[in-house]
Amino acid sequence: MFSFINWGIIGNMTQISREDVQHLAQLSSLQLADDEIYGLQADIGNILGYVDQLAELNTDGVEPTYQVTDLDNVWRDDVIDDYGIDRDELLALASESQNNQIKVPKVL
Amino acid sequence: MSQIADFIGKNARQSVLAVIAKARENESYHALLSLTEERALERADAVDRGEITGRLAGVPFVIKDNFLAYGAPTTAASKMLESFNAPLQATAVEKLELEGAICIGKANLDAFAHGGSTENSAFGPTKNAYDDTRVAGGSSGGSAVVTALDIVPFALGSDTGGSIRQPASFNGVVGVKPTYGAVSRYGVVAMASSTDTIGTFASNVADAEIVMSIISGKDNKDMTTLPDFFEPIDEPVDSKKIGLIKDFMTDDVDPEVRAAVLGYVEKLRQAGHIVEEISLPIVEYTLAMYYIIVPAEISSNLARYDGIRYGRRAADVTTLAELYGRSRDEGFVTENKRRIMIGSYVLSSGFFDAYYLKAQKARTLLINDLRKLFDTYDVLVGPVAPTPAFKLGENSNDPIKMYLADIMTVPASLAGIPAISVPAGTTKSGLPIGVQLMAWRRHDADILALARSVEDDA
Repeated sequence: MFSFINWGIIGNMTQISREDVQHLAQLSSLQLADDEIYGLQADIGNILGYVDQLAELNTDGVEPTYQVTDLDNVWRDDVIDDYGIDRDELLALASESQNNQIKVPKVL
Repeated sequence: MSQIADFIGKNARQSVLAVIAKARENESYHALLSLTEERALERADAVDRGEITGRLAGVPFVIKDNFLAYGAPTTAASKMLESFNAPLQATAVEKLELEGAICIGKANLDAFAHGGSTENSAFGPTKNAYDDTRVAGGSSGGSAVVTALDIVPFALGSDTGGSIRQPASFNGVVGVKPTYGAVSRYGVVAMASSTDTIGTFASNVADAEIVMSIISGKDNKDMTTLPDFFEPIDEPVDSKKIGLIKDFMTDDVDPEVRAAVLGYVEKLRQAGHIVEEISLPIVEYTLAMYYIIVPAEISSNLARYDGIRYGRRAADVTTLAELYGRSRDEGFVTENKRRIMIGSYVLSSGFFDAYYLKAQKARTLLINDLRKLFDTYDVLVGPVAPTPAFKLGENSNDPIKMYLADIMTVPASLAGIPAISVPAGTTKSGLPIGVQLMAWRRHDADILALARSVEDDA
């Protein structure tokens, strides 16, 4: 019998450095405040320590499951369907637009 | 409790006004983020004039605020979408409207449905319907509470790892997570695409069956929907072979939860069903699979919130990178960031095989083990969560403790099988306890009919 209630308390911690957290934040396009980085460093280390137990499970020769519908290549006719939404409604959702284009800060 | 039948054939305007008044009286629970009063009254008048008809003509309902709908913003309980007014409606909402039902408001949730208590809402937590010092459960906490408080006869939710079943259990209502692909997800804010499902809360099983029969079915706007299969069963339920998951009945589980499950098992036996203990040892690993696969899919799905096309855009930024980073920092709660970053980690080169691929292989083992059990058993039964509703704040500083509340609900999510939570009594102190019934894919109607056949009269 397993004891799942204890997992959270005795869970192993994977060492994640402050730089690791900053790198993950960058990969995730998140500009984090300093105090948030500190908390996330501990949390992410604990969570990875917890999920690391999967390594115990023998999965040699097992195919991965990516979806559970058993559906295969669902086709539709190649006709345009606007789903009843027009361009102006969509542009109105952006905070800035001009000449039917969404405006963003300079890229380069 | 409030039932669908109570609203059929009644003056719809009066029903809507009464329901909205009741929602306002219960504001202290913080179950609703918005009311769609104006649109609801327009639709009610159309029902009263006979212009809108259908099986649910004039029946009020609530949707979780991650369903896109007209009449109020779709916030996903986040600052990111705080003022996002959707230009379309979710298919599930459209189907209910086509049957004459009237949406009266949008329910609170953990921001982007990330959580198990509704405490991660950017707008404050929802309180449990039975004890306002305890959590509503989550992530569909608001939908569970408006149903339990008898404000509406049913409310829609989404369930990615237990987000309908666990709050249903915590608030003493019926909660249905269907087979993956049974209900279109078009117009619902995506979380983890390989396990996201749409379902309902209701005060009784028969009402849940009506709602599921309306919202289920193939939708060309969601290519993962299955061909139509859901049909409520009218015939008496024959004797079923049922497996009690003993791995979920250990000393770690609250004794009152175990007693409630055993009480329900006894009721099943008295109704002529055979219940045997079964073992599903791989459940020890399912939470680890879940918290790899789901964050991976979240990191991908939430990449769309870039502050450009819609949603929050940070002010006073000079570069594009700053626009992305600051908009996302401001728009997401900490739990969103935690999951996105875990997802980025497990998908990053060098770690992909050890985490994501490993979890997807382990998922195959879980599915194989469940498939084998369902060769022998029609239904599996067990608790929904290890405990009744916990105290507000009790788990909010420890993400792993919070994740553990999902341990009994994630297996069905990863396997894509239907699972429901039905009320099975209360603790001595009066907190509701639910029992979970699961079946193999596309057998949703079987577990609902079984639950209905042993349901106590409301």
